[in-house]
Amino acid sequence: MAQAPDRSTGALDYLVVRKIYGNKAPQSGSDETGDKMAQATGDGPKSNGILGPVPVLIPLAIFIWSLSFIGPVSNGEVVRLSYDWVPSLGISLSFLIDGLSLTFTLLISGIGALVMLYSNTYLAGHPQYGRFMLYLTSFMLAMLGLVLADNLISLFVFWELTTITSYLLIGFDNESAKSRRSALQALLLTGAGALALLAGLIILGVAAGTFEISEILAKGDEIRAHALYLPILILVLAGAFTKSAQFPFHFWLPNAMAAPTPVSAFLHSATMVKAGVYLMARLHPALSGTDVWMWTLTIFGAVTAVFASVLAFRQTDLKQVLAYTTLMALGTLTLFLAFDSGYAITAFTTFLITHSLYKAALFLMVGCIDHGTGTREADILGGLGRIMPFTAAAAALAALSMAGIPPFIGFIAKELMYAGAVEAATSPVFVASMALAANALMFAVAGIVAFKPFWRPGQPTPVEPHEAPWPMLAGPIILAVLGLIVGIAPGLIQGTLVTPTVAALLGSADEAKELKLWAGVNLPLFLSLGTFAIGFVLYVFHQPLRRTLAAIDARAPNFDRGWDRVLDGLKALAEFQTRLIQSGVLRRYIFITFATLFAAIGTTLYLRTDLPDLEGIEVLAPKQWAVVALIIAGTISVVLTRSRITAIAALGVVGIAVALIFIMYGAPDVAITQLLVETLVVVLVAIAMLSLPFLDKPGRHDHRPLDAVLALGVGTVTTITMLLVLQQPIDLRLTEYFEQTSWPEAFGRNIVNVILVDFRALDTFGEIAVVVVAALSAYALLRTTAKEAQ
Amino acid sequence: MEILLSISVGVLVAAAVYLMLARNVLRFIFGLILISNAANLVIFTSGRLTLGAPPLIEEGALLPPEGVANALPQALVLTAIVIGFGLFAFALILVYRAYTTLGTLYSDDMRVAEPRSEDAG
Repeated sequence: MAQAPDRSTGALDYLVVRKIYGNKAPQSGSDETGDKMAQATGDGPKSNGILGPVPVLIPLAIFIWSLSFIGPVSNGEVVRLSYDWVPSLGISLSFLIDGLSLTFTLLISGIGALVMLYSNTYLAGHPQYGRFMLYLTSFMLAMLGLVLADNLISLFVFWELTTITSYLLIGFDNESAKSRRSALQALLLTGAGALALLAGLIILGVAAGTFEISEILAKGDEIRAHALYLPILILVLAGAFTKSAQFPFHFWLPNAMAAPTPVSAFLHSATMVKAGVYLMARLHPALSGTDVWMWTLTIFGAVTAVFASVLAFRQTDLKQVLAYTTLMALGTLTLFLAFDSGYAITAFTTFLITHSLYKAALFLMVGCIDHGTGTREADILGGLGRIMPFTAAAAALAALSMAGIPPFIGFIAKELMYAGAVEAATSPVFVASMALAANALMFAVAGIVAFKPFWRPGQPTPVEPHEAPWPMLAGPIILAVLGLIVGIAPGLIQGTLVTPTVAALLGSADEAKELKLWAGVNLPLFLSLGTFAIGFVLYVFHQPLRRTLAAIDARAPNFDRGWDRVLDGLKALAEFQTRLIQSGVLRRYIFITFATLFAAIGTTLYLRTDLPDLEGIEVLAPKQWAVVALIIAGTISVVLTRSRITAIAALGVVGIAVALIFIMYGAPDVAITQLLVETLVVVLVAIAMLSLPFLDKPGRHDHRPLDAVLALGVGTVTTITMLLVLQQPIDLRLTEYFEQTSWPEAFGRNIVNVILVDFRALDTFGEIAVVVVAALSAYALLRTTAKEAQ
Repeated sequence: MEILLSISVGVLVAAAVYLMLARNVLRFIFGLILISNAANLVIFTSGRLTLGAPPLIEEGALLPPEGVANALPQALVLTAIVIGFGLFAFALILVYRAYTTLGTLYSDDMRVAEPRSEDAG
């Protein structure tokens, strides 16, 4: 396949593609696929035809259908649905709807519908729009399967389906080397994690005695006390951490921004990266509560959250800024899953919903800016508030929620986080300061993303700025407004989503804390005020700070480059191994084959049997000794001689001696065949010799001590094996059958012949076929030689 | 005799392995012939040896006389000899063809498919 030219370097890469297909109508003749598509649909080059609106209906229908479960779930019911899949292995296609899976289902289908509506405009007229929608829809269905699955193995299958569809989506712009690299990186990293996860899930299933998640969750104490608890935990967390991009596996997520913006909004903020978080939450009742669980999640979550917010600060590309804040959110979610207090889990649930709402809105909003101005560079963008009022409004609402300002849901989530941190049993100061640092940085980032591009002066942009069309505005506005509505009326999600989710994790709806805007003057409130103050200072000084961070970051170890080095190392190892094993030297291959044979037989003989019993040597007639002497003498001559004629003659001697053995021991037919064949062999070799050179080049000898040792070894084990075989009693039933049926059934008196042409006729036919094929191939080889000679 | 034949087979196999490891592919062919012979002897001997009584049924009889040689390994060896010959003939032609095309009988020098890195560079 031809390598496409590398048109990488950041945002520009995607813009090139988008400008061709998105902003302007494709030039006639510029793109064959685009033209065909336009003709086929018949309504102008900027439309996606029926592929545009129809896919939107799928998530919409699922969303509406899921809403119908809110009633039962908020009453504490759990809906279960099961089909046998591989009953012999205990694998069933079973689904479970409780608070946790319903929350995820609503987020996935709801945001999915808005993202698909948005994509239809964002990628209008893209020649591969059908493919894009196929990937996106498959991804969404896989993700829904993942959050609804009630069987560890089905869950894993859906998990891998999201990995694969996400690979296809990140690499959607397949002509860009950067996209391909990012896609492969995400695939390898999450795929490796998934392998660990599979191992972990299997051990978990075996330890619990069932693969049904709902049954496993009821056996939490048993699993935590199990001897294999630690391996299970490590393997499952390896899968969750890679999928949810926890430090030090975080680097694939910012790179995954090579995907088209709607994909980033859907996969890399709201849904897929939360799969790891979902898994930890799902298995929380079974695995949490131990010190290992608590400390691992606390440390990984906290380090990811703070590290990512610092890096977010350092970025200038708005999409990259959001990518790093997503990392921060994932870290925070992990951090709060470490605990099992009501506040921590309520904070987890609330922040999960909050983050999905505002982050998807912001990503879509960045897409609008990109679409309207042709750039995503924070340093260039400015003064867009008047030109893009609706985008600006959506951005402001989403960012206020992100910054945690009342009365947005973000504020409630932040208050709950502080409450949860203060309540944390072992390390309240650590958790609270981590949360404070991350939230303050979030506040500043919100300013950079949603305030500065709209209300501060900027530089001219590549495209004359214009407002995005309504299908692109619908998503960010609806999501951002939702953040405000549930902030003002938290009761809307309290009983429907938050309490059932907390109940799913902690086993009791009573543990859920109340979501309220005004919780009185308490420590969380002071921490909030502190967050605003620090965040504001950070925002004001963000440009000098960014330069300092960039300087530090340039010198710090780079994980992305480290990844390249790991891959290079792997390739070098593969090359070394290939060169070692596949030397291309025929003799070495044969040597290894025989050495393996020798080692295998030798070890078996050494371990399993005594040496053969040589008792009872019979008295042999001179002719018998003579025949054996002929064989051995002939063999040794072939090996030692340097003369071709001697070698042929000695081979003939061996062949005729073998024929003599057949004659002596009652096998005249075999002996005749052997003589004929032996004669032919000698004749053929002799003819070939006429045009072949001498065996050895003049002055060169064929002494190979190592080969000789191996040869003697193989010969010895062959002899010993044969002696051992001969000591076993022989089973003659088959021979007796042939003897008894040869005349009555096949009417032949020569039993050997009857076997060949009657009982085993198909074998003989195969044998003839082999000879014919050999003859034809030989003829073909000789004929081409003759042609070349002419 | 079984013991002697077992030793002969060992000698044949050892010689065959040594020859098959040689640089010259003609020696490889010699090794191939020897190892075919060894294999035939192994099959034949495993069926046990019976002096001078071919497995034939006399005119008018339904069964062969008591104590005839084992017919089954003979049939197998017959097939094996012919197949071995086919293999040998093809290998010999291949060697001949390789020599006329590549001008060498040394397997180390036959590197059309995988040129040595120094050759390629």
